[in-house]
Amino acid sequence: MNHPDINATRLSKIAEGQRARIVAVGGSGALRRRILEMGMTKGTELLVEKYAPLRDPLEIIVKGFHISLRVEEASEITVEIVE
Amino acid sequence: MSHAEITIALAGNPNSGKTTIFNNITGTRQKVGNWPGVTVEKKEGRIKKFGYDLKIIDLPGIYSLTPFSIEEIVARDYILDECPDVVIDIIDASNLERSLYLATQLRELGRSNVLFALNMSDVARARGFKIDCAKLSELLDVPVLETVGNKNQGVDALLQKAVTMAESEVKPSRERKVRYSNDVEAAIDDLILLLTPHLQPEGLCEPRWASVKLLENDQVILNRLKTALPEGAFTLLQEKAASWREILQQRYNEDPEIVLTDERYGYIAGIMKEVFTTSPRKRIDMSRNIDRVLTNRFVGFPIFLLFIWAMFQLTFTLGAYPMDWIDTGVTGLATFLGRALPESLLKDLLINGILAGVGSVIVFLPNILILFFCIALFEDTGYMSRCAFLMDKIMHLIGLHGKSFIPMLMGFGCNVPAIMAARTLESEKDRLLTILITPFMSCSAKLPIYIILAGTFFGPRAGSVIFIIYLMGILIAVISGRLFRTTLLRGADAPFVMELPPYRVPMLKSLLIHMWDRSKMFLRKMGGIILIGSIIIWALSAFPRTVRYSHDYPAAMAHLEAAYAQKSADAGPAEKAALETQRQARMREMQRAMRAEETANSFMGMIGRAIAPVFAPIGIDWRGGVSLLTGFVAKEIVVSTLGVLHAVDEEGSAALGQALLNSGMTPLSAFSMMIFVLLYIPCIATVATIRRESNSYRWMFFSVGYTTLVAWIMSFIVYNGGQLLGLA
Repeated sequence: MNHPDINATRLSKIAEGQRARIVAVGGSGALRRRILEMGMTKGTELLVEKYAPLRDPLEIIVKGFHISLRVEEASEITVEIVE
Repeated sequence: MSHAEITIALAGNPNSGKTTIFNNITGTRQKVGNWPGVTVEKKEGRIKKFGYDLKIIDLPGIYSLTPFSIEEIVARDYILDECPDVVIDIIDASNLERSLYLATQLRELGRSNVLFALNMSDVARARGFKIDCAKLSELLDVPVLETVGNKNQGVDALLQKAVTMAESEVKPSRERKVRYSNDVEAAIDDLILLLTPHLQPEGLCEPRWASVKLLENDQVILNRLKTALPEGAFTLLQEKAASWREILQQRYNEDPEIVLTDERYGYIAGIMKEVFTTSPRKRIDMSRNIDRVLTNRFVGFPIFLLFIWAMFQLTFTLGAYPMDWIDTGVTGLATFLGRALPESLLKDLLINGILAGVGSVIVFLPNILILFFCIALFEDTGYMSRCAFLMDKIMHLIGLHGKSFIPMLMGFGCNVPAIMAARTLESEKDRLLTILITPFMSCSAKLPIYIILAGTFFGPRAGSVIFIIYLMGILIAVISGRLFRTTLLRGADAPFVMELPPYRVPMLKSLLIHMWDRSKMFLRKMGGIILIGSIIIWALSAFPRTVRYSHDYPAAMAHLEAAYAQKSADAGPAEKAALETQRQARMREMQRAMRAEETANSFMGMIGRAIAPVFAPIGIDWRGGVSLLTGFVAKEIVVSTLGVLHAVDEEGSAALGQALLNSGMTPLSAFSMMIFVLLYIPCIATVATIRRESNSYRWMFFSVGYTTLVAWIMSFIVYNGGQLLGLA
């Protein structure tokens, strides 16, 4: 996804404890829809809670609940960092 | 008096407390089975209340009604086809926004009366959330009740309300459904016009809902409409839907189904604004703090290993005591029957067939009870999803999900509970894959075989050899996993978008119910395939009854008796005792020789010799072949059959070891046999479990064939490769 915002980055690049807002959810088919249906729609704010000990998957908090995503899945989600 | 029946289905997100409420309503009066054709668990309970027979169906936990997981398809089809009187949507009040996604979809479906239960309302309050129930009820035009499932509060009122709704026979309200943007609504209206003439009034689904699904290009609904509608009408409809999809696609620069999901969440955001307020007070999030320790970068894994180790110890070490009691009980019963019944074929069948067969499997019951108690504990506390979180990276390398780790690990104990533990995996492909490779985890029943073979042929290096065997099993499992993932069960493993629910204190009642459900399934199997299998194996080794012995044993024995009687009469008292011991030893030897011949000449023996050419290339003689065949009943039997065929006492492995050495077996052929034992067809209990858990004979036969083929090929490579290298 092309996004003019220079702050836009992949969710997988966000550090632990950092907040971000979803700009776009890429990927295809089931995965993309699953992510959206869990409430991670455009504009939703999330917090990267932690990475697993082996650095994959990662845990995020979105809309008050905790979700884990693989790094490769998170890399499909474009976000902008919220200061 | 017969009561009228009311069907109530419970729907809700995973971890919404749905199962707790179901358990509270039905107690132990539940029936656990599978939904037809799939391996998704179906729970159903019947109770009498308020003068009605209430049939409660626990639908699978889902986040949405979009049909891409089997759970979602199952739940949606159930509501569409069976049209339960009332659907109760259990909403996690502490997680309202996401829960409303499913809730609005249930409302949109417009098939059954819907009732919302705002569950865990106490947790929500504790977090400082305030939810305006009356407003929510008004906005969605659905009754909303508050419940606290784990304290059983409000559940009765919930049922009462459901019954009242079923009694009143009001049709589900058609008003106040989700409103989409004008473009989408225009498309929906247009499609409704086409659909309405065909779906009136109680057709297969509501026209508005069907229109939405057409815009989402929902294949399941398309197929349903295709069979229900006249051909011309369907083609027209399909074209219309496609052109609307095109229009929406261009307008939003996005797939229409994504647009609809977005708008549904937009609509929910609107509801949230009106009904939900949160007080900004900061509180300590216990669950989050616990998780910071349990999934910590440094101590997360050690703690995880400790828990797994404890589970393993409990299951197999603590479980060993009741196992012994059952074993003693079965042996006692066999001895008792042996004395009480007159000698007959029936007696032989009863003791050596049924009792031995079923007895060898029922001893696993304690293991299964304990293991499933532990697994229920992991699941109910919320730790199971953390296991997956920790292990996923490693398991993903073999194309598996993090949750596959537990079943595979348990396989080292016993494959039966291990394969049953694969139920914790949500995706059917992941589950099948786990079921297919778990048998390569060498179960504890195979250990005695390794001990005798490695102990005899590798002496001080036995430990290392056995370790290599175990490693080989893991390696074959990994390779098979990758192979299946790229061929039979193609497709990426399920996306790892997994909720990590808050840690909760488990309820003993639901732990016990979970444990009992599994065990019941296991026990039921005893009466079925295992009983039949044991009888067949027994018949094969007990017939034919008339064996032509190589010499006349009865005569020889009589001769021996007479000879000793003669000697004994002449001997002094001291010699008498020695003679007696000698006589008994000689007699036992003869009986053993006789039994060896009987076994060798039974159908089993004949089969063994008939298939000896199959075993020859991997360095196993016909006796080994026969014992491996009997190992199908239980791997423990392999050693005792070897003992019988080599005519040695069952006690003491030294004698058997010596006999094996004398039989011409070499370290290489022993190693080959160990590999074969490691990999070949699992025992009958495991095979029956594979059948049950994969819900198909096809996968069962596949597993049997695959494991045995791999076993043979590996043994062949090792045996012949070893010979080429000059090993013996």
